[in-house]
Amino acid sequence: MDKSTNVLIVDDYKTMLRIIRNLLKQLQFDNVEEATDGQEALAKLRAGSFGLVISDWNMQPMTGLDLLKEVRADARLKDTPFIMITAESKTENVVAAKQAGVSNYIVKPFNAETLREKIEKVMAHA
Amino acid sequence: MPDGDIPQDGPGQDRIEEAVRAVLGSLSGAMTVTEAALLSELEALGREVMRAKSEIAALRVEDINHSHIPAATDELDAVVEHTAEATNEILDSCETLEALQATLSGAAAETVAAAVTRIYEACSFQDITGQRIGKVVAALKAIETRVAAVTASFARQLEADAVPGDGPAEDGRTEGERLANGPQLPAAASSQAEVDRLLASFD
Repeated sequence: MDKSTNVLIVDDYKTMLRIIRNLLKQLQFDNVEEATDGQEALAKLRAGSFGLVISDWNMQPMTGLDLLKEVRADARLKDTPFIMITAESKTENVVAAKQAGVSNYIVKPFNAETLREKIEKVMAHA
Repeated sequence: MPDGDIPQDGPGQDRIEEAVRAVLGSLSGAMTVTEAALLSELEALGREVMRAKSEIAALRVEDINHSHIPAATDELDAVVEHTAEATNEILDSCETLEALQATLSGAAAETVAAAVTRIYEACSFQDITGQRIGKVVAALKAIETRVAAVTASFARQLEADAVPGDGPAEDGRTEGERLANGPQLPAAASSQAEVDRLLASFD
């Protein structure tokens, strides 16, 4: 797992961004950028180079699912590993995310071990 | 038209007003000033009844009573429950730190003690927010009771006024927005293991 990769974390709660950033730091991911909604994230993804996206679902003006669809529809970004971290745990949400091409799906509240496990899994397939 | 025989209104048609106009027409030329004033008042009253019924129908009070208010109170109850759980976790950690404090000395012990005290103080938010949310739940339940009374009063009229195809319209939201419902209540939420199994079923 290449821990020098740039990671983009997306959440509209600053506290959650801080928690995920700190957990990633514990996992030796130091190149972390933040966005607070899908639109901002998409702009950063298109402007930069990221090896992993970790995104919340429920954000305005662009949700995590809509961000995922934009990423998968973009020729340059389409293969970027994308983990959804969300409190949306209904089957229809998971199915919609999977059909949109999500790499993995973490339900809030989550723990550091689950985050590590899912990151390792998606990075191994990247 | 005899008293008490005012017809019920139908969709898109103000039958009360129509009936009053028919009476006015039949009486024209033979009415006294008092009768004309009375019928005019009756006509205005009919229009007011129609307007009120239209406004109540537009409110979709049945949705408020059957869906919005119960959902809101459930969510607020869950907020209280989750903040209580989180507060307990914080307090557990404080007790661990207090136990550790006994092994420290001097400035380090004082710093830990001060920090733990501040955390205890900050945790008092749980009590305050719990009470505030309790008040909001009580207010919502009072509204629910009154909406139920209004709904019962107008139930027959609302059914009569219902127009086919009056359901929720397409609102132009994306799939992501339609599925963004926020955290599920614990009983309805999927666990990480359930989500993992669901994802694996696609492989």
